[in-house]
Amino acid sequence: MDFTVNHQALAYLVAAILFILGLKGLTHPSTARRGNVYGMLGMLIAVVATLLSREVQSYGFIIAGMTGGAVIGTILAQRIQMTAMPQLVAALHSFVGLAAVLVAIGTFIKTASPGAVMMGELSAGVIIGAITFTGSVIAFGKLQGLLSGAPVKFTGQHLLNAAMGLATIALGVYFALTGSVWALALMTLLALIIGVTLIIPIGGADMPVVISMLNSYSGWAAAATGFTLHNDLLIIVGALVGCSGAILSYIMCKAMNRSIINVVFGGFGSDDAVGDSAGAQAAEKGVKSAAVEDAVYWMEDANRVIIIPGYGMAVAQAQHSLKELMELLEARGVEVKFAIHPVAGRMPGHMNVLLAEADIPYDRVLEMDEINPDFPSTDVVLVVGANDVVNPAAKEDKTSPIYGMPILEAGRARQVYFLKRSMRPGYSGVDNLLFYQENTSLVFGDAKDTIDGMNNALKGGGH
Amino acid sequence: MPEVLDPSIIALYVFVLACFIGYWVVWGVTPSLHTPLVALTNAISGIVLVGALLVAGDPQAGILAQLIGFIAVLLASINVFGGFLVTHRMLSMFKKKK
Repeated sequence: MDFTVNHQALAYLVAAILFILGLKGLTHPSTARRGNVYGMLGMLIAVVATLLSREVQSYGFIIAGMTGGAVIGTILAQRIQMTAMPQLVAALHSFVGLAAVLVAIGTFIKTASPGAVMMGELSAGVIIGAITFTGSVIAFGKLQGLLSGAPVKFTGQHLLNAAMGLATIALGVYFALTGSVWALALMTLLALIIGVTLIIPIGGADMPVVISMLNSYSGWAAAATGFTLHNDLLIIVGALVGCSGAILSYIMCKAMNRSIINVVFGGFGSDDAVGDSAGAQAAEKGVKSAAVEDAVYWMEDANRVIIIPGYGMAVAQAQHSLKELMELLEARGVEVKFAIHPVAGRMPGHMNVLLAEADIPYDRVLEMDEINPDFPSTDVVLVVGANDVVNPAAKEDKTSPIYGMPILEAGRARQVYFLKRSMRPGYSGVDNLLFYQENTSLVFGDAKDTIDGMNNALKGGGH
Repeated sequence: MPEVLDPSIIALYVFVLACFIGYWVVWGVTPSLHTPLVALTNAISGIVLVGALLVAGDPQAGILAQLIGFIAVLLASINVFGGFLVTHRMLSMFKKKK
């Protein structure tokens, strides 16, 4: 029996359903792994159904490409450190973007007489793909520390972006009407540049939004490719991914009480602020600094301890030490919970993955809304490498740039211990009012060393 | 002669309806799995592999187009394999208290 386009379309339908069920699986950790398997099955069916089609006649390039991709992809997935997940995701987004551009250009070359509609759709694929590609490369560079995490801004930036955007669209329309290869080339080049200028002004702390946005773009790029090829599976998948990224961007922005416009054009936050002599600065500003032993003293007799991790925990790789701390405290009858702010870390859900990596059960890890009511009845809060997300200025200081951002209400606990490297403010550049509160003490040093010190004290001494 | 619906319109139907599905499904995803969600959507957006196969596997396309297709197949495959495997690796770490 011949494998017709109808058979192929039916196979694609099955694949699309599997992808939807796959995403649905992520509703809960207990069904998530099955969801991922659905996704893999969907992809397998989609690829096989494509390979069987009459359009695919030669297999040399395909076998070479897929084998190479399988080897590289598998190595990447196995070697990557969980703390480096945002970089990996950015790199993978850039591949989708570039692949979409290449597919569009390849399709243009191989199509004998493409119509205006198809070339218009093709332009959309190239533009979105190219922006995704270079935008993700810049995001990768910032996350990997190859580029400065600080926003790069210059006068007339928005005007330049707008002008380039309009020129790109105009070239796309011109290409659709005339089929001019030069218009296509120039349009591609401009779109590649826009990807750079769009992401370069966004600061390090806004990376969760950037990752989500690029995730969304990569979906729209796939959808545009689907329109070009009249391939409904690509359209469906592209729409699913595009929506997913858009929703995540929305959730991240809401968690910072900022609009997407403000994030894209606002550009605050830097990775590179340098703090000098933490202790001296602290004394000057009138904050208390405490020794490891003080924190241990309060924690070991506590009823409840809440730990708030932030990006600093990832940098210090302190998650495994935190797991040990949790066990030592639990052995003494202390209830230990983890509180996660939606924008903690460099991508959505970054902290949850790191805690899971350290074998901390996910039912100990709570979201902001779930845990905020618990703070007033909590004895000790340990803030590990987080800052802005616990800053009461977001509630109290109307002039603060972070005013209105929902926060973890750590300050309402009896004792707050901040594990900090230096006195420098959070990424927003805003001073943290919580430092000056009566019940707050700062413990200076590397987060991992500090927690290891706590663990040793708990293991060694004991009253 | 009866009027024939433009296939691009049907494609638009599919696209808009899929957006609605995406919207409802993704809102149900628990925040603790947002990183695996990004990784999984990343893996399935490797579906551009399908488009790449059609370019790389068409001998009539000419060697230039096939080479372009080859690079696209390579990149999209990295996404598919890397994306699904890293999602699997992450999800296997999410455990309840023993």
